[in-house]
Amino acid sequence: MAKESSFKNMVITLSVICLVCSALLGVVYSVTKAPIEAAELAKINNAIKAVVPECDNNPSEEMIEVEGSVVYPAKVNGNIVGYAIKVKVSGFGGPIQMMVGFKADGTIYNTSVISHSETPGLGAKITGEIPTRTQIVGKNPASSNLTVTKDGGEIDAITASTITSRAFLKGVDAAYKVFVELQKQQQPWEN
Amino acid sequence: MGKLKLIAEGIIKNNPTFVLILGMCPTLGTTTSAINGMGMGLATLFVLVLSNITISAIAKLIPEQVRIPSYIVVIAAFVTIVQLLLQAFLPSLYETLGLFIPLIVVNCIVLGRAEAYANKNSVIDSAFDGLGVGLGFTIALTILGFVRELLGSGSIFGWKFIDGDGILAFVLAPGAFIVLAYLIVLFRKVTAKKA
Repeated sequence: MAKESSFKNMVITLSVICLVCSALLGVVYSVTKAPIEAAELAKINNAIKAVVPECDNNPSEEMIEVEGSVVYPAKVNGNIVGYAIKVKVSGFGGPIQMMVGFKADGTIYNTSVISHSETPGLGAKITGEIPTRTQIVGKNPASSNLTVTKDGGEIDAITASTITSRAFLKGVDAAYKVFVELQKQQQPWEN
Repeated sequence: MGKLKLIAEGIIKNNPTFVLILGMCPTLGTTTSAINGMGMGLATLFVLVLSNITISAIAKLIPEQVRIPSYIVVIAAFVTIVQLLLQAFLPSLYETLGLFIPLIVVNCIVLGRAEAYANKNSVIDSAFDGLGVGLGFTIALTILGFVRELLGSGSIFGWKFIDGDGILAFVLAPGAFIVLAYLIVLFRKVTAKKA
């Protein structure tokens, strides 16, 4: 059974255990660091690919920051064909991280939800092919009212998940604001 | 004691979920599908076996009064290793289990086995005890996840056989309690007959 406790042996035991455990964790951390980064990058790249038109550059390498949001430009032969804009909004069950893709003229190309903690079977449908997501594709937030029908807009909310749907559209709106800001920065002579 | 008997005890007589009713937080939280339940069970199994082995090996060197902090540090180290490995090699599973992985540290099954078994028994016996209890936990979580997924989403291990939704309540928290209660009754009825 366990030894008698004295101040000295308690301090020594805990120090040794902590030291060994930290060393072990250090080793595992250094081994898994590269794969973890690769996995995260792959996730971002997949989300970008899903929301912008076909491009020949690597958008994640050319990321720029606008108003605190990360923007990934997609280019063909050096000409911009679209932007993927990463935004974060609060949904029903926690933050929703999403990528919104715009074509160069400001119409929505596609959206992708990167992470969320919405209710399974209800708000979690936001990741699927649902009207709330498909209806906004091809629309320009400047000329369309992209809010749910309950709020007087033209987009159908997910049944029983209005809060999630609102959060999603708020994210699209936030991304569009970043897009507008980006246009201003790039063509200052027009203003 | 026979090694097989040790494993069988962990699965049936000392089943952490159905008999001891321990570790309810991950049990109810992660079993929205069979795969999630199994993933959580296996992660706990891994931590349980390693922590049982380590703790039974060092138990004699640890002074009585600091044994709990020492065990917790050992357990926390293994849990963090599991977390990093999952994040690196199974990112999709890591995402669904999320917060529940670090919470294995405070899962009373792990500390419970360390305190009740591993610090009094040999390394090999402790390893088999961890394996048995871990398997019991994994099996329980997989069954629970299987039933909830079947009724709630209409699918089996992610393979969907109906169009649309199932009975949504079973994927949500209340369904976890309902299914768990029925499974405990069923399990006790079956095992009581054998005894």
